[in-house]
Amino acid sequence: MIRALALVLFVAWLTAPAVSHAAAPAADVERALADLAGADADRRDAAVATLGGTGDPKWLAFLGALRDGNVYARKVGGKVEILVGGARSTKGDQDLIEIKAPYDGAALGVVPVAGLSEVAADRRLRIAIKPFLEADETRVQLKDPDPGVRRGAAIRLGNQADPAKVAVIEEALAGEHDRWVRHALLEALALTQLASTDAGVRTAAAHALGGLHSLSATAALVRLAGEASVSAGERAAAAAAIKKIERWTILTTAVETAFQGASLASILLLMALGLAIVFGIMGVINMAHGELMALGAYATFVVQNVFRERWPQYFDAYFLVALPVSFLVAALVGVVLERGVIRRLYGRPLETLLLTWGASLIIQQGLRLWFGAANVDVASPSWLSGGVAVMAGLTLPWNRVFIMALAAVSVAAMYWLLFRTGAGLRIRAVTQNRPMSACLGVRAGRVDALTFALGAGLAGLAGCALTQIGNVGPSLGQNYIVDSFMVVVTGGVGKLAGTILAAAGIGGLNKGIEPALGAVFAKVAILVAVMLFLQRRPAGLFAARGRNAEA
Amino acid sequence: MPKREWLAVLAAVIALAVVLPACNALPAGSPLHVSNFTLNLFGKFLTYAILALGLDLLWGYAGVLSLGHGVFFGLGAYAMGMHLMLEIGTKSVYQTALPDFMVWNRVTALPLFWRPFYSAWFTLLAIVVVPALAALVFGFLAFRSRVRGVYFSIITQALALSAWLVFNRNEMNLGGTNGLADFKTILGFSLSAPATQRGLYVVTVLALAAAYVLCRWITRSRAGKVLVAIRDSETRVLFSGYSPVQYKLFVFVVSAVLAGVAGALYAPQVGIITPAKIGVLPSIEMVVWVAAGGRGTLVGAMLGAFGVNWIQSWLTTSYPDLWLLFLGALFMGVVLFIPDGVVGVAARLAQRLPRWPAALRHREMPGSEAATRTPTP
Repeated sequence: MIRALALVLFVAWLTAPAVSHAAAPAADVERALADLAGADADRRDAAVATLGGTGDPKWLAFLGALRDGNVYARKVGGKVEILVGGARSTKGDQDLIEIKAPYDGAALGVVPVAGLSEVAADRRLRIAIKPFLEADETRVQLKDPDPGVRRGAAIRLGNQADPAKVAVIEEALAGEHDRWVRHALLEALALTQLASTDAGVRTAAAHALGGLHSLSATAALVRLAGEASVSAGERAAAAAAIKKIERWTILTTAVETAFQGASLASILLLMALGLAIVFGIMGVINMAHGELMALGAYATFVVQNVFRERWPQYFDAYFLVALPVSFLVAALVGVVLERGVIRRLYGRPLETLLLTWGASLIIQQGLRLWFGAANVDVASPSWLSGGVAVMAGLTLPWNRVFIMALAAVSVAAMYWLLFRTGAGLRIRAVTQNRPMSACLGVRAGRVDALTFALGAGLAGLAGCALTQIGNVGPSLGQNYIVDSFMVVVTGGVGKLAGTILAAAGIGGLNKGIEPALGAVFAKVAILVAVMLFLQRRPAGLFAARGRNAEA
Repeated sequence: MPKREWLAVLAAVIALAVVLPACNALPAGSPLHVSNFTLNLFGKFLTYAILALGLDLLWGYAGVLSLGHGVFFGLGAYAMGMHLMLEIGTKSVYQTALPDFMVWNRVTALPLFWRPFYSAWFTLLAIVVVPALAALVFGFLAFRSRVRGVYFSIITQALALSAWLVFNRNEMNLGGTNGLADFKTILGFSLSAPATQRGLYVVTVLALAAAYVLCRWITRSRAGKVLVAIRDSETRVLFSGYSPVQYKLFVFVVSAVLAGVAGALYAPQVGIITPAKIGVLPSIEMVVWVAAGGRGTLVGAMLGAFGVNWIQSWLTTSYPDLWLLFLGALFMGVVLFIPDGVVGVAARLAQRLPRWPAALRHREMPGSEAATRTPTP
């Protein structure tokens, strides 16, 4: 705390001369303002440089207003006065505008627009203004309360590698406590120093970059290692750093692949869970499962729109509402399907398959007619955008982490429901022996409806989750449905564990071989793998055994 | 087959292969004139009917529902398409011996697997052998490990998806998403000439007739009886000392070959074959032709292929938005209300009309034969 205070004082002392210099518009500032209103482009550029060079936030704000075309000039007694415009209004047939002083923004009253002439910011002037505002922006961002913003600014500084910014970086570094922002700042510092003219500084920077596992430094390091004009020691340092970075990259790639595999597995699991429950309990292959997911996704879209219109201040919360809503919408449609038509076709799985396929076409086309054939835009809530940095060069996106968590929660809830509740008991009883359960007073029809609603609801939930990682369109379901069937077939119908294992296996295998084969051939390879797997276990990992097995 | 049925086949062939082309040859003003477009459309529908026969043999008789028959159709169509592409020769846009899409994809030499397709004989062989081999390998793996029922359907659907993905890739050198198109000649005859199209149409009718006779022969044979038995209770067939795997494999291969032949006739008549024809949706659409017409009856399968596609070509031009809704409703309606298809409904109606002439009433309905037919020598 004391250190921080001391630092603030130090900084204040450092910048004090500049501030005091600009506090009262000195002669050159006055002249610069006058030049701005003139027509000479070179003098206008120089004026911008003068004003921007003060580094004073108030002048920078003025430059911002100038860039936005919000600066005006008027002649007062033969002298040109520069003003900043404010709110506009109309009175009678006159357009009025509020005017302020250029430096401190002191209000100077409201005047007719007609009496002012705009100081036009042409392309050249805007280009002249840009670096000053950007430098200022970076400085402001480095003090932003959000670590993500600070980190972004630090990374930008590293990309610029401007030796003039070393002081800025060091200043930010001194006050920074966040691990990842510090990392980015150190990286930026080293990258900047790598461009230094001093060989010693460069060597140290190369060492530092190696230690930081800076992937973005690779290009610069490679250039340095191959540079003939520098000493052998420096080249060796660069080469060593490259090696270190490469090894680290292998590690991060491995972790990333594992994460992607787990992420795909959890998506597959979310989709296949409902499918597997319905198939396992009712022997119904629900081809409309994908369209129920699409319904969930569109329900999310609608909830989002409602929030955007009615309660924009709570927009981030829309997703929490969308989760149960999409579950309910899909479950409702599921119940209608089951009670309406599927119920009539028990014991005829192939017919049910065709029936649900027909339903899927109708739902799909209905969505297309209602919402249009184009993909709709579902925005991520702010708490799901961005990611968590786990190691240098590897950030795990929040939406993927969220889906993994959602899959885990869904599985846990399913286990709880099936094995800890009365409804679950009845579901399991009907699964094992439908006629006997019916004899013992279990209302099998109601259990079927409940099960189907549950499976459909899980599809809706999966659809809601998918809005965060993929496109939402009428054919959303088609893209995933075959994959989830693969999971169900591989997992078998006996136990939930089969579905979980199959999802993990297929997801992991897919992402594992994707770098080598490409996405398409990886998918084909998965099919071949499933076929071969079924050679050994024709009914999946956990088949129904004994009496329950298909006669 | 009884003599009466031979006569019926002959009559149908004459009507389709002689009368219709003759009407097509009439001057355009004549009231009986059939336009080139209509004849071409009929030719396309008839290729679908060939495929539907095979699918019906598999599903209606053996109870094996394949959702991947588009793949076999595509294999036949691509085999024919490759030959036609090579026949274009240097008359293509780029005037090289290579097909145009290879020039776009910067392929400099003809890939090895394309070369044999210069030969028309090899192509004819490939149209039969390639789908047969694919079905043999796939079916062997699936049936041997007793993948059946919905499991088999889902696996075949995955097959359709994979094939679609693979055929879409440019590096397969099969034209990618655009497929094979712009055919110019077949065996030297110009494909744009109405006479060639008429010839292709007649060939299609004859192929359909041959396919029907083949399927009829299979269903009437002992093997056909075993197939129906497998459909009704596979386990019981197994316990009776038959090996269902062999029968299922046999019928799967036959139906794949029929699909391949259908595809090979489709490509020159329609003039294009793309991966869109072999994906998940077209493959399952084929099933609804059979279901709507009446599965388990060969006539029903053909009628279904013809009827559904006729409706499709009308709806997709007049009310494009409605087609998928109609298709979905057709799937649901057929399964729920007329599981034995249009032919089944017709048969039931015929039985309900007591005042019909005896000859009509007791006409042999293929659908009811399994239950009611008395054995004939």
